[in-house]
Amino acid sequence: MATRAEITSGLGEILEEVAGVNPDDVAEEKSFTDDLDVDSLSMVEVVVAAEEKFGVKIPDNEVQNLKTVGDAVNYIEANH
Amino acid sequence: MSGLLAGKRLLITGVITDASIAFSAAKIAQEQGATVVLTGFGRLSLVERIAKRLPEPAPVIELDVTNEEHLAGLADKVREHVDGLDGVVHSIGFAPPSCLGGGFLDAPWEDVATAVHVSTYSYKSLAKAALPLMSSGGSIVGLTFDATSAWPVYDWMGVAKAGLESASRYLALHLGKQGIRSNLVAAGPLRTIAAKSIPGFEQFEDAWAERAPLGWDLYDTAAAGKAICALLSDWFPATTGEVVHVDGGYHAIGA
Repeated sequence: MATRAEITSGLGEILEEVAGVNPDDVAEEKSFTDDLDVDSLSMVEVVVAAEEKFGVKIPDNEVQNLKTVGDAVNYIEANH
Repeated sequence: MSGLLAGKRLLITGVITDASIAFSAAKIAQEQGATVVLTGFGRLSLVERIAKRLPEPAPVIELDVTNEEHLAGLADKVREHVDGLDGVVHSIGFAPPSCLGGGFLDAPWEDVATAVHVSTYSYKSLAKAALPLMSSGGSIVGLTFDATSAWPVYDWMGVAKAGLESASRYLALHLGKQGIRSNLVAAGPLRTIAAKSIPGFEQFEDAWAERAPLGWDLYDTAAAGKAICALLSDWFPATTGEVVHVDGGYHAIGA
């Protein structure tokens, strides 16, 4: 089981690789679209990469609820 | 290897996520004994990740259907993986935002031209690029959204699909002598990435589920995937220029 900090830093690596986000900008309160400029197709790839990295399944209807990095960390923490 | 598509070598375009109709077709094709090569566009890294989710991880070739160099080099790139093709799936469409969502009267020609280039003309382009690999005949299958009616918000994409339906008939005409069939699957609305990019697409989702005699599941891409595989198989040997509706029967019902 990964800790919240590990999940956050794992998401940071994915965001850097997939969407060119500076990992130093990744924090729980940051919004994917408004703060980190992740477009919708990049977000799809972030989700796919996160599913693989953390061994979770993130259904489509959940993805729309994942507004911030913290939302994603909560979901992954509860479901992996 | 047994199965409906045992020994078939297929080129499948249009996989972007595991909700893609093309992903379902590729998965079912592999389960039915086919060897699958994918093409991807744009977010190739995403397509490659998704390709690994198939029963048999499939190679991905980059293909922008409006890029003449990509088209000219396609056959050689496919040959790196298979020695020929028995079938091709065209699951490609794009329209700039101005062409969709109610802007029919205002969309500029340049945008409409892009929609038709990517969504209509590319059907011919893809077939022609694959032709050198199809010396012993084969089956080409595309995806349409029933273009015999006008739909809310679909606008110029609907016009492009009407063109695609005609292009498929002309492809059937021109490739018939070579033993190559061309058919389309007209699927009902599915919650793919393509659908999500059309503002207001959900407007006909509810009506569809209500009116279709068989009902309709917006998330079930397997029905379309199976029809695609059937058309790729040897079980429609005398069928070409056809549009097969995979829509729960919606098209057959007036109200």
